[in-house]
Amino acid sequence: MKLYCLSGHPTLPCNVLKFKSTTIMLDCGLDMTSTLNFLPLPLVQSPRLSNLPGWSLKDGNVFLDKELKECSGHVFVDSVPEFCLPETELIDLSTVDVILISNYHCMMALPYVTEHTGFTGTVYATEPTVQIGRLLMEELVNFIERVPKAQSASLWKNKDIQRLLPSPLKDAVDVSTWRRCYTMQEVNSALSKIQLVGYSQKIELFGAVQVTPLSSGYALGSSNWIIQSHYEKVSYVSGSSLLTTHPQPMDQASLKNSDVLVLTGLTQIPTANPDGMVGEFCSNLALTVRNGGNVLVPCYPSGVIYDLLECLYQYIDSAGLSSIPFYFISPVANSSLEFSQIFAEWLCHNKQTKVYLPEPPFPHAELIQTNKLKHYPSIHGDFSNDFRQPCVVFTGHPSLRFGDVVHFMELWGKSSLNTVIFTEPDFSYLEALAPYQPLAMKCIYCPIDTRLNFIQVSKLLKEVQPLHVVCPEQYTQPPPAQSHRTDLMIDCQPPPVSYRRAEVLTLPFKRRYEKIEIMPELADSLVPMEIKPGISLATVSAVLHTKDNKHVLQPPPRPAQPTGGKKRKRASDDIPDCKVLKPLLSGSIPVEQFVQTLEKHGFSDIKVEDTTKGHIVLLQEAETLIQIEEDSTHIICDNDEVLRVRLRDLVLRFLQKF
Amino acid sequence: MGEGEGLAAPQPALPAGAGQDVGRSCILVSIAGKNVMLDCGMHMGFNDDRRFPDFSYITRNGRLTDFLDCVIISHFHLDHCGALPYFSEMVGYDGPIYMTHPTQAICPILLEDYRKVAVDKKGEANFFTSQMIKDCMKKVVAVHLHQTVQVDDELEIKAYYAGHVLGAAMFQIRVGAESVVYTGDYNMTPDRHLGAAWIDKCRPNLLITESTYATTIRDSKRCRERDFLKKVHETVERGGKVLIPVFALGRAQELCILLETFWERMNLKAPIYFSTGLTEKANHYYKLFITWTNQKIRKTFVQRNMFEFKHIKAFDRAFADNPGPMVVFATPGMLHAGQSLQIFRKWAGNEKNMVIMPGYCVQGTVGHKILSGQRKLEMEGRQLLEVKMQVEYMSFSAHADAKGIMQLVRQAEPESVLLVHGEAKKMEFLKQKIEQEFRVTCYMPANGETVTLPTSPCIPVGISLGLLKREMVQGLLPDAKKPRLLHGTLIMKDSNFRLVSSEQALKELGLAEHQLRFTCRVHLHDTRKEQETAMRVYSHLKSVLKDHCVQHLPDGSVTVESILIQAAAHSEDPGTKVLLVSWTYQDEELGSYLTALLKKGVPQAPSGGS
Repeated sequence: MKLYCLSGHPTLPCNVLKFKSTTIMLDCGLDMTSTLNFLPLPLVQSPRLSNLPGWSLKDGNVFLDKELKECSGHVFVDSVPEFCLPETELIDLSTVDVILISNYHCMMALPYVTEHTGFTGTVYATEPTVQIGRLLMEELVNFIERVPKAQSASLWKNKDIQRLLPSPLKDAVDVSTWRRCYTMQEVNSALSKIQLVGYSQKIELFGAVQVTPLSSGYALGSSNWIIQSHYEKVSYVSGSSLLTTHPQPMDQASLKNSDVLVLTGLTQIPTANPDGMVGEFCSNLALTVRNGGNVLVPCYPSGVIYDLLECLYQYIDSAGLSSIPFYFISPVANSSLEFSQIFAEWLCHNKQTKVYLPEPPFPHAELIQTNKLKHYPSIHGDFSNDFRQPCVVFTGHPSLRFGDVVHFMELWGKSSLNTVIFTEPDFSYLEALAPYQPLAMKCIYCPIDTRLNFIQVSKLLKEVQPLHVVCPEQYTQPPPAQSHRTDLMIDCQPPPVSYRRAEVLTLPFKRRYEKIEIMPELADSLVPMEIKPGISLATVSAVLHTKDNKHVLQPPPRPAQPTGGKKRKRASDDIPDCKVLKPLLSGSIPVEQFVQTLEKHGFSDIKVEDTTKGHIVLLQEAETLIQIEEDSTHIICDNDEVLRVRLRDLVLRFLQKF
Repeated sequence: MGEGEGLAAPQPALPAGAGQDVGRSCILVSIAGKNVMLDCGMHMGFNDDRRFPDFSYITRNGRLTDFLDCVIISHFHLDHCGALPYFSEMVGYDGPIYMTHPTQAICPILLEDYRKVAVDKKGEANFFTSQMIKDCMKKVVAVHLHQTVQVDDELEIKAYYAGHVLGAAMFQIRVGAESVVYTGDYNMTPDRHLGAAWIDKCRPNLLITESTYATTIRDSKRCRERDFLKKVHETVERGGKVLIPVFALGRAQELCILLETFWERMNLKAPIYFSTGLTEKANHYYKLFITWTNQKIRKTFVQRNMFEFKHIKAFDRAFADNPGPMVVFATPGMLHAGQSLQIFRKWAGNEKNMVIMPGYCVQGTVGHKILSGQRKLEMEGRQLLEVKMQVEYMSFSAHADAKGIMQLVRQAEPESVLLVHGEAKKMEFLKQKIEQEFRVTCYMPANGETVTLPTSPCIPVGISLGLLKREMVQGLLPDAKKPRLLHGTLIMKDSNFRLVSSEQALKELGLAEHQLRFTCRVHLHDTRKEQETAMRVYSHLKSVLKDHCVQHLPDGSVTVESILIQAAAHSEDPGTKVLLVSWTYQDEELGSYLTALLKKGVPQAPSGGS
């Protein structure tokens, strides 16, 4: 069993598991932090961004100034933003049989893997994962495609040139494999390969392996996966949460008794408490608005935003914000809000109960009805007519490199009355803000990451007791910025096996058993005997049939050839694998009783000699000698088959067959 | 209904309700020692004891909770869940009750509705109360489609989409290698709001299918829809009123979508009403459980939710007396009580009006009477009602027709089929058809009759990979059809069965192997040296035993597989050599064969040996 690690990002994993005869890709995460190296794509012509000075080498060489621009001491690539794909060379992607998706954030690289690679397999994901994943992809494609950029920089990627660039460009990995965003056509084609699954659904792969999604509690439809055969079990834990937010709670019990537990997608902000962050978010929001400023919340169109809107729903009246407009701007804002209301079965108990009434499970329905929350596909069109300040705007993309958020950063960045509040944990907010510096606007960092923290992980591992834990290398050491915090790493026994990008791990476990079925007719013919109390044995001689990775034992065919048959025409045909039919023997032969038995069966003239290890029984007349030792018997005789068979059967009386 | 004994277990299916009669569904299945009750319906044609299934069939003494492992409800129609509070709260059952989320949401509302009609309107005593409905629903566990629910360590159930009504499901019940599929009511063709039933090739031992429309093969849906619209349109045009008795959820929504689009297209002005306050609520359920509707509605719901109707308004009792044309959807669907019956009584006397029955009506209901041609009805209080209005029947009921039932049997590939929820004559026809086409046994038990199915499942055991791989490699012979023999030892400890090689079994049990060896002396006339005799034997065996590994070892001995042959001088006769053929008990067949072969003599070696 092997694990191919295609992504180095611990929360955007992409691993391939080879288990029995199957090749299973676990998640398909797309590392979008690469876009932080690019200039933002403004929706409206931005004089500031277009007038940034070109960057020149220390020796004054300016041949890169078309591609690289400088802003407040940072250098950015002026080009269509590109993403860091999972490794495509480590394993032939056309050999991947299935892809298991754990949540909508972990499927963003799907079109890169399923399209133009020869992939012919199936992708498994839950319905909310697919629907919301589609929205995230649609938004991404829309953000990038609606701001066509003529330039696609590539000069800087040259290895010799990249070396000369300042950090972080210099240290960016695998830049030559970075790719531009996929098209909607590729998205649709990729999504058409998905087969919908429900929690606890058992899916058979080629009769060899069974995979099952389990609720992971992190997002709508988010799952962990069990990959098992009849005797081996691998748990794949990715993006799980024990906090009570909107999704169905995490199913922990089903992870028990795993041979290997692959652990990814832990919280990216292990030191922050999500509840506290939400409180801070609300109070900062209220403070800014009361002072007449605007609040910008860069966010994804689904996920934490539902929880934030729910908190605000309870908060705005008491905070006296009922007259403040809340805007949610995204090409998929409407769809996201609508979809959130129809996944009753994937929600936590409280929300389910509301649906039974029947009422919409999320209160943002009421916010929309009362006109407190308005949603628009973009800043163009209706929004420009309705726009009132001060206001609160939720919009993407959290990287601040594309989407409507770029416009609001440019619009509001110059005033210290305004505040941008970062809630998504995927991007470093300082790096995200870099191309907007100098900035007068207030910046608040309230990352809300509900995924497991290290305390919860250690509790979980104690509870489910896997034999081995496999995790990204980042989890086996304290975060680089807090090297003294040894509590911020996975602590378990035996220590976790760690992986890094482009590594191939041989998983520490050995398969010993396989399931086989015994046909009822064969089962009926078996003769069990009790060897020890509670333990019975039966020797089985059967015909093995293997089809579609399923093994069946059938009764052996009736012996076609009598031993030593006379009418043997094709002698070689009659002596096939007979030798495997004879059982092993066990036991020992008590000499005195054996001699008595011989006598009873008409042998006379028996002489017994003692040897160092046992006895020799001599049948003088028959010129036959039987050596009997503790664990062996040797019959030496003339070629008299009748005699030999008689003696054999007498010996066998004292032995057990296996 | 004994315990599953040993390797084969009987599997009785006992309909306490819906054997050969469309009315209340309630079936008891015992599978490998587990007892599962499928549906818990009421009969709408009766107002007395016969209304509920006779639960004394299940167990005459002892509590139901002890006897039943679980109860499964296929969908929210009262003929499938109407007796549930009676069963759980009045007879007494505390075990789990499984149903899908939409069923769990809608079922209590219909039960409460039913209770109100029975108790408040008809004043029946000894009926379940509102609180009982609530307490009953607390015992419900909701299931997702395709989720494998582990009821206990051995019993698992899985729901499949059934169409029919919102949240309707078919259930697979499995214990080890034995399984039963219960379809509930289902529909194999997608309609305007629901998708088609689907099941995988799960090959159950028994498929229990409804057979409401066992003999009907319905014409195309489009024709029926056109017919329906034409009739409604004509009646409205001539100023008549159209009554469509429906159940609040299900057919109602489909017909609403149909009329709504027709009204829009034809720009009609006649009002359409939907009776009772349930309507809006019902539509709301469809909006929130939109993932259970058909593909088209799910795909477009963000842009336009099909369950927001512009032309259809809430009905008020007073509207029934308004002059002019109108269309009214009213509950319940079989005209046995409530608002639909009230409106019917008002409009029945006018031949301009029309009642369209879009679904099946149970015997004993007004709906059934008028459909069977009765035009003079005796109402409550000995009142005689003459029916002059036109009566139309349109099968919009989302049950599978004969074609659909056959299709499902084909999909699931069961070993046998059991028909329920149909009328005896029709079932007999279908039974013959199924037996002919699929060559499987088909049963159609009457109420209270028990069907027992013998099953002989395979026994799953664990085989050590070493043993399996050894045999697999041997299996890679050029002729794959040659039987691959496997020899091993089955170790049975508690319920853990493992098949290992005999060596491993001995080792695990701490036993030593006892080697039994034979050495036979075969005398051969040969004056040459021992080495040459051995060479002669080698050439001979090599030519005879082509499939075996025959070797001539440096020390002069010959081996055939693991059988050793040595040539020795005879102590007395120099013209005779003694062949010592030595083998173990495991090589018995070959050893015995070899000695016999050698005894027949060895032809002279070809001359010219060096």
